[in-house]
Amino acid sequence: MIPEVGHFALILALCVALVQGTLPLLGAAQGDQRLMGLGRTAALTQAFLVILAFGALTQAYVTSDFSVANVVANSHSAKPLLYKISGVWGNHEGSMLLWALILALFGAAVALFGSTLPDSLQSRVLAVQGLIGLGFLAFLIFTSNPFERIAPAPPDGNGLNPLLQDPGLAFHPPLLYLGYVGFSVTYAFAIAALLEGRVDPAWARWVRPWTLAAWCFLTLGIALGSWWAYYILGWGGFWFWDPVENASLMPWLAGTALLHSAIVVEKRDALKSWTVLLAILAFSLSLLGTFLVRSGVLTSVHAFAQDPARGLFILAFLIAVTGGGLALYAWRAPSLQGGGLFQPISREGALILNNLLLCTLAATVLLGTLYPLFLDLLTGAKVSVGPPFFNATFVPICAPLFAALCVGPFLGWKRADLWPALMQLRLAFVVSAIAAIIAAIVVDSRSALAAIAFGFGVWLIVGSLVELAQRLKLGATPLAESLRRFKATPRASLGMTISHTALGFVVLGAVATGAWHSELIATVKTGETMSFAGYQVTLQRVESVQGPNYIAERATLAVTLDGRPYTTLQPERRLFVVQRRQVAETAIQTNLLRDFYATLGEGDATSGWVIRLYLNPLAPWIWLGAALCAFGGFVSLSDRRLRIGAPSRLRPATVR
Amino acid sequence: MSRRLLFLLPLMTLALMAGFFAWSLLVGRDPAAIGSVMVGRPAPRLDLPALAPGEPPLSDAMLRTGKPVLVNFFASWCAPCLAEHPLFMRLKEREGATIIGVAWKNKRDDATQWLKRLGDPFRTAGLDLEGKTGLDWGLSGVPETYAIDGNGIVRLHFRGPITERDLNESLLPFLKGAK
Repeated sequence: MIPEVGHFALILALCVALVQGTLPLLGAAQGDQRLMGLGRTAALTQAFLVILAFGALTQAYVTSDFSVANVVANSHSAKPLLYKISGVWGNHEGSMLLWALILALFGAAVALFGSTLPDSLQSRVLAVQGLIGLGFLAFLIFTSNPFERIAPAPPDGNGLNPLLQDPGLAFHPPLLYLGYVGFSVTYAFAIAALLEGRVDPAWARWVRPWTLAAWCFLTLGIALGSWWAYYILGWGGFWFWDPVENASLMPWLAGTALLHSAIVVEKRDALKSWTVLLAILAFSLSLLGTFLVRSGVLTSVHAFAQDPARGLFILAFLIAVTGGGLALYAWRAPSLQGGGLFQPISREGALILNNLLLCTLAATVLLGTLYPLFLDLLTGAKVSVGPPFFNATFVPICAPLFAALCVGPFLGWKRADLWPALMQLRLAFVVSAIAAIIAAIVVDSRSALAAIAFGFGVWLIVGSLVELAQRLKLGATPLAESLRRFKATPRASLGMTISHTALGFVVLGAVATGAWHSELIATVKTGETMSFAGYQVTLQRVESVQGPNYIAERATLAVTLDGRPYTTLQPERRLFVVQRRQVAETAIQTNLLRDFYATLGEGDATSGWVIRLYLNPLAPWIWLGAALCAFGGFVSLSDRRLRIGAPSRLRPATVR
Repeated sequence: MSRRLLFLLPLMTLALMAGFFAWSLLVGRDPAAIGSVMVGRPAPRLDLPALAPGEPPLSDAMLRTGKPVLVNFFASWCAPCLAEHPLFMRLKEREGATIIGVAWKNKRDDATQWLKRLGDPFRTAGLDLEGKTGLDWGLSGVPETYAIDGNGIVRLHFRGPITERDLNESLLPFLKGAK
């Protein structure tokens, strides 16, 4: 009964989305208040209905209702409750329902919190949201119905993919989708602005919080995914340039560019059509990622629904959304009047450089991801594009980006002088140069590149902090005055300092882990000892452990340093009985400066077990830095300016 | 006008990409397929001791008899080999196909026992204990299967276990066509 309620709610939501996507548009065009008001009501109704549908599916999972085909395929009665719930979105149909849910929630948020928006803009934004919702709901209902029944109901389910039975991955998809779908709001704002023919600072101020929120969630989602890959796949790495990782990185890069270009629109009334384009692209790249993952066009660790019919549907949807947006852009954007003029050396100029480099990065990732597909279709040659390509292209473009990142905040709007800005940064330059030299001499004399990259990480941290210190006149005035200035600093500026500093920590962690880790793979029997990076590691025993839905072999490794006990690591190899799949459970001991990382491989008592050991310096900084980066975004989001909403419109740009 | 074109550029890029995606979906391309450099070339050297003691060793002549031959690399420790085994039994019994087995990195007794227990689909089998012949053949693991025509040219190469679908869609047509 309850699954039918959910199914019915989904169909109703589709009808409501149809209303939401059409009538308010008509109302905005004709100036009809009642039709425009319908947008708000429809958005709230749609959110209610999709929540109902999502609740119904969750109920089926939690109670292990095996008359629902989706539950049979992805759940099992012996699974812990957390994974019964996360199983809802651990499959194609459920994750699409989650996507539709978040989309509807964002629509409701625009309806509830957008009361300061002009009626016509709000109703157009809601209508575009409604149209996107229409696409997703139709996709769900016609190709991927999560409520399909199965008769007779089997006694038990097939269980969730063991790789997904992990706390990190339980929350990875919702965060990622909050990011992807958040960009749908920015997209809707861009389309609405093109329809209105008006992009002005007020528009930028409304768009910015949504972009910022989406960006923060996407940052967290990507970081969580990378952390999961680090500790569950057992390869010691944290980023593999897999098509799915790339699919989430591209909207992140475009979203980061958008965050920065929206500032220029807001402060200087310039870069309008570019910002609108970025808003369209950020969401388009999110959809492209979904298409690549779901259609089976590219191969990846994420084996999702590989159904050509679904692939064609998403492709048609991608073309409608992106193509529609870009066609509207080609038609309307040329007539957007640019505002403020500025010199190349200025804050605006620095932000344009930032945008150019970020978009180049996104284009590089796009090319690297799609190249195998293009080449295969055109010539039949099979290639795979992996880390060597991205290390050779992505990393060098980061260098000017990071170099300019610290300089930009020192430049004034309109026009500025480069030299005084650089002089203010001389401390940061000296410190990072020393760090690079120390890294080159002490840590690793073979890789000059790693040392330079390390220096860049230090540069980001010190440069950002120097900017804050200058702003507070730290040391130049009494401490009380600095403290007063700190309190008066806008949250948006603090957020910037935090996120830029955090990026430095991510770079340091990535460089140190990537270039300076130690690694040992050995086959050992119980009682044998390995020497590893100054530590003595003894395999004490390997025993069988019974988990709730798996059986595991657990190794106990005693680590000693200079003869004294240092720590004990217990890596496991879990065999999930229902799916007959093995999953490595790595053991990681961290002191926040480095990770001691161990995995247990194949083996038996007579020939020994394969043990992998890694010492990853600064590895925790990668994810702590990413979390701090998102935190900076949230700090910026709490800025008073954004909460109070729409101040007066300045010089509206009109269509010629 | 050129300014207009600039604003059309994103749309044109999308059209190009969408064209490739639609093409890829409609031809039903398998992104996981690695492809093989062996197809269309003469079969590599085959010079191995026989698995069963006393039988003549495997040689290139066995691949150039004028009749199609399948060469299957297997091992007793390999689970996917177990999965494809019934299909080879069927090929031998119903289609009368000539299949040559190569036990790859497998102890002689283990491989012999495995065949004795499950049934032996092979006309004859060789032993590649150190995996050197596997290297010559461009093997990435077991099981892999090569279909070779009467002139000793490799026509099909399957990485991983063959499936019912492989059998119906490519192996059987190959055997019929090559006769």
